[in-house]
Amino acid sequence: MNSRLHSALRVLPQYLSAHVLLSAASLALGIAVSLPLLVAARRSARVRWPVLAAASLIQTVPGIALLALFYPLLLGLSALTHRLFGWSFPALGFLPSLLALTLYSILPILRNGITAILNLDPAILQAARGVGMTSRQCLLRVELPLAAPMLMAGVRTSAVWVIGTATLATPVGQTSLGNYIFTGLQMEDWVWVLFGCAVAVALALVTDQLLALIELGLSRRRAALAWLGLAVLLAGVATAAAVPLRAADRGGYIVGAKNFTEQYILASLIAGRLRASGYPVTERTGLGSSLAFQALAANELDVYVDYSGTLWNDVLHRTSRPPRALMLRELRTALERRYGVDLLGALGYQNAYVLAMRRSEAKALGVRTIAELARVAPRLTLGADLEFFARPTWKALERRYGLHFRALRQYEPTFMYHALMSGEVDVITAFSSDGRIAEDHLVVLKDPLHVIPPYDAVILLSPRRAHDAVLRRALEPLIGAIPIGLMRRANYMVDRPHGKRSPRQAAEWLARAAHLR
Amino acid sequence: MIALEGVSKTFDGGASWAVREVSLEVPAETFLAVVGDSGSGKTTLLKTINRLLEPDSGAVFIDGQPAGALPAHELRRRIGYVFQGIGLFPHMSIAENIGITPRLMGWREERIGARVEELIDLVSLPRAYLRRRPAELSGGQRQRVGIARALAARPGILLMDEPFGALDPITRDALGTECRRLHESMHLTTVMVTHDILEAVLLADRIVVMRQGRIVADGEPHALLAGHPDPAVRTLMDMPRRQAERVRTLLQERGA
Repeated sequence: MNSRLHSALRVLPQYLSAHVLLSAASLALGIAVSLPLLVAARRSARVRWPVLAAASLIQTVPGIALLALFYPLLLGLSALTHRLFGWSFPALGFLPSLLALTLYSILPILRNGITAILNLDPAILQAARGVGMTSRQCLLRVELPLAAPMLMAGVRTSAVWVIGTATLATPVGQTSLGNYIFTGLQMEDWVWVLFGCAVAVALALVTDQLLALIELGLSRRRAALAWLGLAVLLAGVATAAAVPLRAADRGGYIVGAKNFTEQYILASLIAGRLRASGYPVTERTGLGSSLAFQALAANELDVYVDYSGTLWNDVLHRTSRPPRALMLRELRTALERRYGVDLLGALGYQNAYVLAMRRSEAKALGVRTIAELARVAPRLTLGADLEFFARPTWKALERRYGLHFRALRQYEPTFMYHALMSGEVDVITAFSSDGRIAEDHLVVLKDPLHVIPPYDAVILLSPRRAHDAVLRRALEPLIGAIPIGLMRRANYMVDRPHGKRSPRQAAEWLARAAHLR
Repeated sequence: MIALEGVSKTFDGGASWAVREVSLEVPAETFLAVVGDSGSGKTTLLKTINRLLEPDSGAVFIDGQPAGALPAHELRRRIGYVFQGIGLFPHMSIAENIGITPRLMGWREERIGARVEELIDLVSLPRAYLRRRPAELSGGQRQRVGIARALAARPGILLMDEPFGALDPITRDALGTECRRLHESMHLTTVMVTHDILEAVLLADRIVVMRQGRIVADGEPHALLAGHPDPAVRTLMDMPRRQAERVRTLLQERGA
């Protein structure tokens, strides 16, 4: 418990400063966009209506979707500018997060501002004209000052939203307090989840109170209060900016990881080897599954581990099912030809999708293979991870074995195992390298028709780093070096409910156990 | 001097007229009262003088120049306007409210400060009030500030729209008297819109009666009191005289 808290505290400066900078930049940009819109919208219903409707519409898009949508958009845009001007920009990380959060921040500011200005006493506006103000003077000397307290209330709402939503920036590769939450959720590390939430809440509360001080200063016309609040806020942002960002800024290697335990461990293993050779490394963990490959192909990651079956189905969109070795060979040529991505080699184990059941239930139903499962499936419920039902593998399983379940449910992988153990579901789509299969005494059902493709863990290098001798030399010893048993144990070290290890500790153990030098 | 020539104003595209072909000349240093029922067009007429409303037809002249010769905001800075709802700026101090027009005109700060103090004295408020906000003042005090604000940039013309409407009778009387005093000492041309005929009779040099957008009577108070061919005007002007007579009767009964 204490060691988990300690490990959380160690990365706090990095996570918190990234979170503060992202939120502050988004809010500042949001205000900068909202104010001109507000000025344009205050007199004209023709501007007001579409502007407010658009802002409301954006607000209804779930935060995580908004963040995710900016990635392909920016990727396309970046490719375009690259073709037109020979200049491209990173489509992962800060930029998509900033844009999505900025859009998110606009509505409360705009709506409060417009409401405030529309509700101003008409007698006062007429007096402003009567004493000889121009339209601009009326805006600056009367409308904005009178609307300021309510406008500020909008900024407060906006700030709280942005700070909360910024935790969702983690899956698009932006470090934030969400790293605690996403990592913690994956590893069932509730200390980390709670810690991440608590820090985010504290940050939101402090920011809200400082903005409240500015609001009070504005409504009471006490400039000193407003300046004090602003000064403390700016000081906070400046402090965050001063925390040296561990990272890409120094031109090191960027190691990616998808959002599950094994990926964190492997990223830590790879990063550790590069660091040991004296090279700076940034880890970008918690990426969405298909996001990771796109990011690698776009040179926003340098290296990460993916799985042959996933690449075969989801990247190359192949439906055939060649044997293991042939698939690896074809993947290597196809990825090289189509994306310039180098498949360095396979680690030696597979992390395949398997269908798993509780031993007792499998025995009672007499189920050992998927074919046998098909007979009893209409009485059973299948639990899968969030991606499985969209995968071609599922379609193929359904078709080839004639699988029809009573119900289908989706879970975060961690909760999927709990659902199986508690009997909420009868069958799950487990992962063959998962330590919980052995620990929970699960039965892995055989696939006699060989419908499920092989899922060899393979190291992928970005086009930019494909011929990087340093990287290749550091990672080549990993090829064929990790047997399934070791990977399962390493995974379980992190996932087990008691005596948890961090992914980094598990990676260190794995390196020793596999006799890596 | 203010001159209106055939001024008309409609708010519904000509279906009805708030002001219909009104021509009126107000010589310099005149105190003119415009009276009439609500909806008679008197406030609309007043607002065409400083272009808070633009007439649909006809022309307004200020000191012989067309009102449209200057940008509207510059014209308004040269014409004091006291609003019905007072319309002080709630986020500004009394000093800032009074000094607003000079500030818009770019006066130096010390000149504004001196003028603000001069005005607060003129409207008989303590100088300590200058730092207060409008919400801290009573209705009568606020309207004094409204008058001070209208006069701050030394306008030659003062327009007042029901300036004392919301005040209690004593404050109303005192403020009316003070307005007349300022009118004289500052050599103003004043146009006051009111529905209170007694107030008009007591303060004005000349009274214009409006009905349905037109002027139906125009004359000095004593002339109008003496009688008028229009029966409605007669009824209207009879009211202050009847009131005065009843007061006199009451006083005599007491004395007897």
